[in-house]
Amino acid sequence: MSARAQRLLELADDELILGWRDSEWTGIAPTLEEDVAFSSIAQNEIGHARALYELAATELGTDADALAFDRQPDEYRCAQLVELRLMDWAHTIARRYLYEEADRVRLEALKAGDDAELAGLAAKIDREETYHRLHAEMWAGRLRDEPRFRSAIEELWPYALAVVDEGQRAELARRTGLSVDSTQTVQRGQHTPELAELWNEMTEVRRSAPGATW
Amino acid sequence: MTAAAVWAALDEIPDPEIPVISLVDLGVVRDVAVDGAHVRIEFTPTFLGCPALEVMRRAMEEKVEALGGEPEVAVIQDDSWSTDRISPAGREKLREAGLAPPAPRAAGATTLVQLQSKAFRCPYCGSTETRLENIFGPTPCRSIRWCESCRQPFEQFKTI
Repeated sequence: MSARAQRLLELADDELILGWRDSEWTGIAPTLEEDVAFSSIAQNEIGHARALYELAATELGTDADALAFDRQPDEYRCAQLVELRLMDWAHTIARRYLYEEADRVRLEALKAGDDAELAGLAAKIDREETYHRLHAEMWAGRLRDEPRFRSAIEELWPYALAVVDEGQRAELARRTGLSVDSTQTVQRGQHTPELAELWNEMTEVRRSAPGATW
Repeated sequence: MTAAAVWAALDEIPDPEIPVISLVDLGVVRDVAVDGAHVRIEFTPTFLGCPALEVMRRAMEEKVEALGGEPEVAVIQDDSWSTDRISPAGREKLREAGLAPPAPRAAGATTLVQLQSKAFRCPYCGSTETRLENIFGPTPCRSIRWCESCRQPFEQFKTI
């Protein structure tokens, strides 16, 4: 697989799996407004995943659904940050905030890159992510002095670093006011047991009738 | 068949989720090229997660087939669509339907301060005494605001 296809799958898998995790708040978020917000954010992230999978699928001679659902859990390239099942609001907001900051660093680099197709898509994704960032910043600002939120940020920071390339980590640290040196990055490539559980649920219908047209 | 005839046919397709406005008003049809019976339409999605995209695509194909053409709908996934592409007529139709049209895009990205400002007008009473209720709404393209003057919520098309 080309480096480009691998990169596209990293981006798409991050967005798909985070979209799944965010959708788990639908109906049980602390306020009705957050039910709406998390559902909408999840829908956007999965839409981004689909567009990225389509780019990869053209290159790999397959289709977006096959890439999203027909691989084995250990073939996914997502960062562990998006896999974690965090049924606690402080951790959920910490993850959203850290992910959006990391995604912004990554999208800015892609927009300026020499892959015109990916740069165009990154620019489109970035327009939508603006609203995710506003939501994350609003909550991060509100919870900033809460000890539970602070400790969730510290706990998730080593995971957040793996969302971006090594050369982008100093920039991510600068934007979040955190430090690269004091942490051990949880690298991509290994997965948590939570991913296999999510995969079981996510692919269940597809696996129940392989090849069916829905 | 002329490109003008195809444009006119596409202008009859309502947006699947906001049927007061057509796909042409929405600005998602970037180009129409007619070569004999072959009709190539360049289509730019609004929001990437919008479930209406497939419906729009099929509706465009059906319109071209009804004209006797062979449609090819090319989906262009770059950032050439923005809410600034919604036509003035489309903006007015949105407002009449109670959906506040998007603010023009500023030079930079939208900020919380802008969303919390009073630059947004209630589509029902015209008041600018409105406040942000939720950045997100019933579809990816909408936010929810509250009008202090006529005391009711309304939907605001997000600027992207």
